[in-house]
Formats: sequence, structure tokens, C-alpha cells
Amino acid sequence: MTTTAPAPPRSLTTVVPPARSVSVESHATAIDVDRLSFFYGQKQALFDITAKLPAKLVTAFIGPSGCGKSTFLRTMNRMNDVVPGTRVTGKLIVDGRDIYAPGVDPVALRREVGMVFQKSNPFPKSIFENIAYGVRLNRLAADTSAMNDIVEESLRNAALWEEVKDRLHDSALALSGGQQQRLCIARALAIKPKILLMDEPASALDPIATQRIEELIYELRSKFTIVIVTHNMQQAARVSDMTALFWLGKLVEFDRTEKIFTNPAEKLTEDYVTGRFG
Amino acid sequence: MRHDVVRRWISTIVVWLCGLSVVVALVPLAFILFFVVSQGIQALNWEFFTALPAPVGELGGGFANAIVGTLVLVGIGAAFAVPVGIISGVYIAEFPSTRLATMARFAADTLNGVPSIVVGVFVYGIAVMPFKQFSAMAGGLALGIMMIPIVTRTTEELLKLVPPALREGALALGATRGRATLTVVLPAAAPGIITGVVLALARIAGETAPLLFTAFNNRFLSTDPRQPMASLTVQVYNYAISPYEDWHRQAWAGALVLVALVLFCSLLARFATRRLERLQTGH
Amino acid sequence: MLRRLRGRDLGFKLGTGFFAALLVAIVLGIGFELWRQSMLSIEKFGFGFWVGEIWDPVSGEFGARPFIWGTLYSSVLALVLAAPIALGIAIFLSELCPARLRMPLTFLTELLAAIPSIVYGLWGIFVLVPVVRSFEQSLPASLRALPLFSGPPVGVGMLSAVLILAIMVVPFASSVAREVLKAVPGSQREAAYALGATRWEAIRAALFYARTGIIGSLILGFGRALGETMAVTMVIGNNPQIKASLFAPGYSMAAVLANEFAEAADDLYLSALIEIGLVLFAITLMVNMASRLLIWQMNKPVRAPRAARLPVGAATAGGAA
Repeated sequence: MTTTAPAPPRSLTTVVPPARSVSVESHATAIDVDRLSFFYGQKQALFDITAKLPAKLVTAFIGPSGCGKSTFLRTMNRMNDVVPGTRVTGKLIVDGRDIYAPGVDPVALRREVGMVFQKSNPFPKSIFENIAYGVRLNRLAADTSAMNDIVEESLRNAALWEEVKDRLHDSALALSGGQQQRLCIARALAIKPKILLMDEPASALDPIATQRIEELIYELRSKFTIVIVTHNMQQAARVSDMTALFWLGKLVEFDRTEKIFTNPAEKLTEDYVTGRFG
Repeated sequence: MRHDVVRRWISTIVVWLCGLSVVVALVPLAFILFFVVSQGIQALNWEFFTALPAPVGELGGGFANAIVGTLVLVGIGAAFAVPVGIISGVYIAEFPSTRLATMARFAADTLNGVPSIVVGVFVYGIAVMPFKQFSAMAGGLALGIMMIPIVTRTTEELLKLVPPALREGALALGATRGRATLTVVLPAAAPGIITGVVLALARIAGETAPLLFTAFNNRFLSTDPRQPMASLTVQVYNYAISPYEDWHRQAWAGALVLVALVLFCSLLARFATRRLERLQTGH
Repeated sequence: MLRRLRGRDLGFKLGTGFFAALLVAIVLGIGFELWRQSMLSIEKFGFGFWVGEIWDPVSGEFGARPFIWGTLYSSVLALVLAAPIALGIAIFLSELCPARLRMPLTFLTELLAAIPSIVYGLWGIFVLVPVVRSFEQSLPASLRALPLFSGPPVGVGMLSAVLILAIMVVPFASSVAREVLKAVPGSQREAAYALGATRWEAIRAALFYARTGIIGSLILGFGRALGETMAVTMVIGNNPQIKASLFAPGYSMAAVLANEFAEAADDLYLSALIEIGLVLFAITLMVNMASRLLIWQMNKPVRAPRAARLPVGAATAGGAA
């Protein structure tokens, strides 16, 4: 499908992205990626990625498994630094600074760019203490009442407050899977990052919990820039404003979600989105 | 932010402290090895390995009785401990949910933690007192009791590591459970079990306390299990606490032999497992 | 055909089960035999045995308090000395060590554990004790006035025993602690890093997760120190006295057994010694059980407390109110 005449928007698949009134162009760039390549030792995993992710919107990374989308996500908060033997070339600019420039402190970076993982990983502490952990680490609460406020605000932001407000000091591990994931989101939000990275946040959850998380993501984007990796195309279409397709470590296409799913520019994108491979 | 800088410094300091603790632990090791080798090598000669102890106060003499004694005692202990250890390990691995298995596992862990001197006291009560004499049999029994839990635990863990597909293959061909285990699963785990046994042998060869009043000591070369028997460890102990310089030197030599034995067995264990596995599985 | 098969399987179960039962019987036998042989002493002295301070085989007066004191004093101090080092090694080898160094360093720390205790004792007598003696002699008079450092600087005594026990406990405790740390899921550290933790802070999160297991490993090391015989008896001085000083020679339960058992002439003497063995057995049994329980707790899946399993409706009803 490589026609140049504007074709009427039609869905190629069962994926129907909702109509959005948002105009992407009016948003500033939150993350500016400039020819980023990533290596595990000798093996190259990402090839010359260039993209500008807009602020206060949801960007989804889709693609078959092993295509590098999680790896790319983790370059944005330098989580890959923890793995020995990894190397990055190119630039990744957040808030006007290349985070891979020498002298940049990854610890401070991770306060600005938070992360939620595929499988929820709450600490074996109480619900309150889980959220307080990051706050204390970064000295964001001056006293107990400030801490209580932060905990409540984070739990409200994560749509978990009503369910746990009477048992803040119970163990976090007693919560259900979906609640634990929302707790991890609250924990990440508590340190007030500007950008929130989510690595397949709902893949381990049942449909009802997944729906809750998706609603949450939709609400959060007015306050944070969100980048979400998902293997579920329908989820990407439901939840995101921008979508990027990755394949074998390369960025194939990056555009507004409606365009990707109704009228993609690349044949590869069309093939993936219609399920011809993946 | 200043607070961040402090946190970073703390992290660096702690990391260095952890590295330092490794150094601190290895310093005594270096010291011990240095002294054992430098002191022991002086007295290590042909006479040491072949001669019997000289009469008290005289120079010369050797550790022949002690070396033979240790071999005999370890042999007796192994003869007792290896079958008991392996077979009980098989039971625990094959029938893990029975009450006996839980009790046996607990018993093995307990036995592992019993001080070796207490084992000696026990064996004294059952094997020395009734016969009114020290014997190699009693010493071997004490060493064997110490060896059993190591062999049991090794066997159990290694049997559990064998992929179930192996056993299922044998069962599908009509083998009974016992046959499947004995002819397929156990041989598959054999390299690791042998390694474990070798390490256990090295461990009990180095034991002193359980022999002090079971095998006691013997100034002459003897292989009679019903008589007291010398051992490398007890003789080193006796020589070390004696007032004679010459005996102190020989004690160092005996210690060198012990450490060499332990080192040899540890290295053997490390490399042999890998070799045997490669032979068996082809990778 | 099926029944015969089951018969053979039953034979297998019984045959192997016999040996497992033998293992249990041995442990029970040890406890029973020790108990039986100490009856004479228990009946004669009762509880006073553990309160009495005089140990005089010649006059037939047997008070075992000096041995308990010596055992506990030396083992507790050894643990205090060994714990941070063991923990540091465990952290280094499991989290911080560059991959190339890991195997040789692990091998070396395991070698430390494999050295026979008689070799430690030999090194203790001829190398450590003289060093300790000169250290004790070099201590300024102001410090020597303190009860902790009082007494003649002979070299053999508590300090030497504590040092040698600490060296022996470190590899033991650190290898178990290392296993425990390896079992902490990587996602815990990742969560800490993602919240902006430094390397040490992420390790701290892992340590918190593994805290029961780590305490278990330290208690295991403590149990090892309690039962150590040869190295202790060669450097502790073998003097049944109760002194607070690190310089004072002392005695431990295991050491008195090693020294006096073969010489015990009369039945009461022997029985008193065996009673000490019984108590040593009981104490190490309890310490080991406690440590295994703690380490085993680490592997248990976390179970939600009952309140959390209420139906969803009840939870939201409470929230709405």
C-alpha cells in the first residue's frame, strides 16, 4: 500500500484507535534521540535510532519479541548501565542534556525518568514503606506530614488510594497482582519524575486489571510523559498517542497512532499491524 | 545537590570496604599456607614417610604409622558412610513427601552440625567402653558418622538435578522405579556424587577430635582394626603440644601433608566434575 | 503383573528407607547415649553442675560454669568479629566482583573453610600466640588497667581463641550468606535502581529482602564456633577460670572434653564430662535448628494474611464508608 493520494482513514485490522483531539505538533519534545546505537559487548542490539518523543503524551513501542523495544526503553533511564559490557553511541537528550555525556549522574537521571517493570516488584515492606522508600532516598519529604501527603497523592494518582487507605501498613505482598502493579506505579510517581517508562506493565495481569492500568495511563498523561512498551497492538492503539514500530533493532516507523494503524507509510508496518508476521 | 554527592561517596566507600573484607579474610589464609609450607618442607623427607616414630626424646623418626593409620581409618569410615549416605540420599530424593524423608533430611542436617568431639564421645560410649579398649574400628565409625550427612546431602541434591525426562524414559520402557533409579538416574548423577564423596573423604581425613578417644594412638605400624591406631591428625596434635623441637618440626610436616591432601582433593573436585560431565553428556 | 511390580517397588522403598531410618536412628542414638551416660552426674549434681565454678577432678567437685563461660565468651566475640567480614565477602562475591575474579576468589575462601582445624591449631600455637603475646605486652599501662585487658600477657587465652575462631567462622558464614543473596530476585535491585538508588542503596534493598537468611547464616557460623575443638584447645590456655579479661586463659566445653576425656579415671568424672558433651550437643542442635529455620523461611512463598483474602465487595464497602 504505497499510494500517495490521501486515502480515507480505514482500519486495516480489528484495531480501531479512538479518535483523538490532541494535536501532537503543539507538544514540546521530551526525549530527543539522535542516532542511538546500543551494543551488548560485540553484539549490536539497536541501530541508529532517531526520534523525537513529545512531552505529556503517551508513546507506545510495538514490535515482535526480541526486536529491541525493551532495550531501547531501558536506555532512556540508563538502566542498562547495571549490565556489564554494554555500550551506547549517539545521543539521547532529556531536558536539554545528553544523558550519555560524560559527567552525567545516572542516579539523578533516574529521579527524573521513572520506570515500572513488567512484573510488579514491590519491596517486602508495607504499602506505605514501599512508597516512602524512594521519597526518603531522594530526601523529598521534610517531615512526617509531608511524607503522608506524598504517599496519599501518589496512591491517588495511581488510582489505588481508595482501596488501601485503611491498610497502609499492611504488607504490600498481600495485594493482588493488579494492585501491586498500581503500587509500583505509585512508588515511581512518588518521586515526581517528568517521564515515566513502562515496560509491558499489564502483560502479567488479568483483563480487568489490565483495563484499570490502561485507564490509569490515559489519565496520567496530562501530568507526565509516558513511554510504554507493549506486545499487545490493541493496547497500543487504545492507550497511546504516538506509536513506534521496532524490528530487529531498527526503528521502522514512528508516527501518530491513528496513522500507524490505518495508513502506515512503510510496508513492514502494514504487514505487522495486519498480523502477517509477528 | 550535596546530598547526592554524599550518597555517592558512601556507596563508593562501602564497595571498597567489601573488597577490603575479602583481603582481610585472605591474609590469614596466606599466612597459614606460608608457614605450613615453609616450616613443613624442612622436615619433609623420605624418613618422614617411611619411618616409625622415634622413642621419646630421640631425634628422627617419621609418620609412617600415622599416614597408614589415616588411610585405614578413612577407609573404614568410607566403607560405612558411603553406602549408608548414598542409599539414604536416594530415599530422600525418591520419596520426598514421606515423613521418613523429612525426618531423615532433618537428621542429616543435625548430624552435620554436631561437633566432632561429641561424635567421639558417642562412639566412645558404644564402641570403646563395652570392649574396654580403643580401636581403629571405633575411630573409623566416628569418622563414618561424620561423613554420612555430607554424602546424603550431596546425593539428594544431585539426584534432584537429573532431568525427570531421563527417569520417565526408563519407566516408559517398563522398568520398575527401583531399576530406573539405580540404572539410569543414579549413574547420571554419579560424577557429582563421586566428587562429593572425595570432598567428604578429604574432610574426615582432617578430623582430629573424634579420634582422640576412639582410635587413640599407636606408636607402631598397625592395620588391625581391633587395636588402637595412629592417625596423621592425632599425631600432629600430640607432637605439637609436646616440648620437643624436633617433634614440632615433624608436626609442621604432617600439617603440610594434610593441607596438600585437602588442596589436591578440592582441585580434583573442581576439575573432575566438569571433565566427567563432559564425557557423559558430550558437552 | 502389576502387583508384582508394585511389590518390587515396595522392596525398593523399604530397602532404601531402611538406610534413611538408620540415619535418624544414629542421631537419636547420640542423644540417647549421651543422656544415658550422664545420668550418674546429673543425679549427683543436678542443676548445681552448671552453677558451680570449681572444676576439680581430684576432689570430685565438678562445676561446669567456667566451660559455659569460655564457650560463650569466645564464640560471641568471634561472631562479632567475623560477621561484618563475612557479610562484606558475601556482598562482594555476589554483587560487586568482576566475573573473572569470582571463581578464584570463591575457591580461596572455600579453601579457608577446608583447612583442618588441627592445622589452624598448629599455626595458632606457633605463630598466632607469640604475635598476640607481643601485642599484649606492648599495650600501654593505661589500657592494661582496664578489666578487659588485665592479667599477665601470656599469649594463650581468650584473645587468641577469639581470633582463631573468627578466622574459622568467616568462610562458613559468608558462603551461606552468598547463597542467600544470590536467591534475591534481580527485580528487587532493579526497582531500587529505577527509583534513583546508588549501588550501595540497591545492595541494601537486596540485604533487606534477604535479612532472615543472612541472620541464619550468621547463627550457623555461631554454631560452628561453639563446637570447634582443636584450634581452641591449643590456644585458649585450658584453665577453668572465669575472667572478664581477653588476656586470661580460659576453657571451653569442647576443649575440656578433648583434654580430659582420655584421662578420666573414675565413673563420676567420665559422667560429668559426658554431661558437658550432652549440653554441647543440645546447644548446637538448637542453634542449628534456629538457623535452618531462618534460612528456610527465605524460600517460602509469601502468603497473604487472612484479611487480604476478603471478597472484593467487602473491601470497597469499607472504603466507601
